[in-house]
Amino acid sequence: MLFITTIYPSGMNLEGGIRLKVHDVSLSFGGVSALSDVDLILKDREILAVIGPNGAGKTALLNCISGFYKPWKGEIYFEGKKITKMRPDQIAKLGIARTFQNIGLYTGLTVFENVMAARHIYMSQNLITDAIFVGPAKSEELRHRGVVEEIIDFLELSPWRKKVVGSLPYGLRKRVELARALALEPRILLLDEPMAGMNLEEKEDIARFILEIFDGQGESYETHVLKDGIKSIILVEHDMGIVMDLAERIVVLDFGRKIAEGKPEEIRNDEKVIRAYLGED
Amino acid sequence: MEQLYKKEISLFKEKKDWFSFLALVGLIAVLPPFLSDRILTIFTMIGIAIVSVHGLNLLTGYCGQVSLGHVGFMAVGAYISAVLTSKSGLSFWIALPLAGLGAGVAGLIFGLPSLRIKGFYLIMSTVAAHFIVIWLVIQLHDITGGSDGLAVPKPKIGSLVFNTKAKYFYLVSFFAIISTIVAHNIARGRVGRAFIAIRDHEIAAEVMGINLWIYKLQAFFVGCVYAGVAGALLVHYFGFASVDQFPFIDSVWYLAMLIVGGMGSTFGAVVGAICLKLLDELVTIVGPILAKAFPAVAAQFAASLSLIVRGVIIAVFLIFEPRGLLHRWDLVKSYFRLWPFSTEETD
Repeated sequence: MLFITTIYPSGMNLEGGIRLKVHDVSLSFGGVSALSDVDLILKDREILAVIGPNGAGKTALLNCISGFYKPWKGEIYFEGKKITKMRPDQIAKLGIARTFQNIGLYTGLTVFENVMAARHIYMSQNLITDAIFVGPAKSEELRHRGVVEEIIDFLELSPWRKKVVGSLPYGLRKRVELARALALEPRILLLDEPMAGMNLEEKEDIARFILEIFDGQGESYETHVLKDGIKSIILVEHDMGIVMDLAERIVVLDFGRKIAEGKPEEIRNDEKVIRAYLGED
Repeated sequence: MEQLYKKEISLFKEKKDWFSFLALVGLIAVLPPFLSDRILTIFTMIGIAIVSVHGLNLLTGYCGQVSLGHVGFMAVGAYISAVLTSKSGLSFWIALPLAGLGAGVAGLIFGLPSLRIKGFYLIMSTVAAHFIVIWLVIQLHDITGGSDGLAVPKPKIGSLVFNTKAKYFYLVSFFAIISTIVAHNIARGRVGRAFIAIRDHEIAAEVMGINLWIYKLQAFFVGCVYAGVAGALLVHYFGFASVDQFPFIDSVWYLAMLIVGGMGSTFGAVVGAICLKLLDELVTIVGPILAKAFPAVAAQFAASLSLIVRGVIIAVFLIFEPRGLLHRWDLVKSYFRLWPFSTEETD
């Protein structure tokens, strides 16, 4: 039914199964160093958590990956391709989607339109065909509506699909952002504190969604990204409990430096991590 | 499912929408012979304002790039059409699209700063655009007639010349309806969503794959195409082009139309244009009456009343209904749909 070509699924011949490689990245604002010599590898088929105290540089790292900040040293590779100097919109088209810590939704649009706006990169209409509307613009619009409705359905947002985002409560907005990121059908997903400010029940919902997105839902959906899942996810999060449950590997940042990396149980007992979180004795 | 989507995205969702559209067209077709020239002039001016304000709405209301140079771009279109028809003898029907394109290109040029600067500074650069255009018109005296103005022929198709108020009203109505439909189509499609994305959250829009450069410039281009067409319609109506027809203050009033009607809504723009133009007429009726009542200040009164009233209206809307009349109307509608069960406003 859905005859839409997407950048999903990826070319499978990844070198060493590495999807994203952050190599020796440093970033500073004026004299303040936000990241120094950070190395990070995101493999195919893993959820990688990036944790660290406030101001550790977690969001700065995501901003570097999505092209919003340009690191002054180091390189970032996506599937072997250097993306360090690319614009954010070019990086999005390669297949990297993200959510924002402080919610970056289009507040004047409805839930549906917000998700639909993310289909931008898969649509080909321009001013002239849009102005005429009848014909190619209309049929394209209809095709992409199918995808968007599936994503809204998957994230259980249907009751609010025609609500203006500005009028929705915080927890729902976070979920709409997730929906919008999914609509890009990315190959890697960067989640910047998707559960911040939520109660336990909402957190569990989001955790469930993240796992479902990672696993893929099989044939019950037609949209590629829901069918096959997103096999590489970076999760920036404060809630240690949830991070330990979700992530296969954890990277810990403190003052812009990587201080530890490993499996959850290793991180739990790491001296340096405990010191960074609890302070020096 | 497919059918439902089709219905949801269509312009005329229900039979009654078609009916009201045809009723409007019918009214426009039938009424003019019964209207006085004065009323027809008002309606024609409303029509031209609608064309123009759609452009500003796409640029400012949808894409969030506030422009105070809109009237300057109208002047670009107006003079392109005026010069081409009067000096080169081109047909109005060729000159008009060229006027739109020329204004669009001027918009692109003056839109370039929007890639680097935002908000207040961008507004200042659009103000500069207005004065540069007007300065150029006056300087290029040999081509544009400078401050003396330029006589412009009336448009015609074959032997039909749009030389009466009623005929010109038909012409403007045609353009007003077409421009409304086109503006609506652009706003609801891929490009329109990209515009709104830029307006609401520039950073997120870029991260979601929208090229800010291309879409901001497109917004300037399309907004100024509308302005150019409106400007051309204006000078062909008067049969005369002069810089006095394009005062800077009108740009502010176009913004006011958006504020009153509702920014970022095609029908809001129409409502705003109609309301502000009618308000002007109301003031010209009420003004003399008030002047008689207060003879001590009569001399200044007539001249300043219009400005005062418009200023007050803008202030009132910004404070009490910044989202415009159309939003208020939607609220009222939803209130009565749920009545008597709705106890509070729903969004």
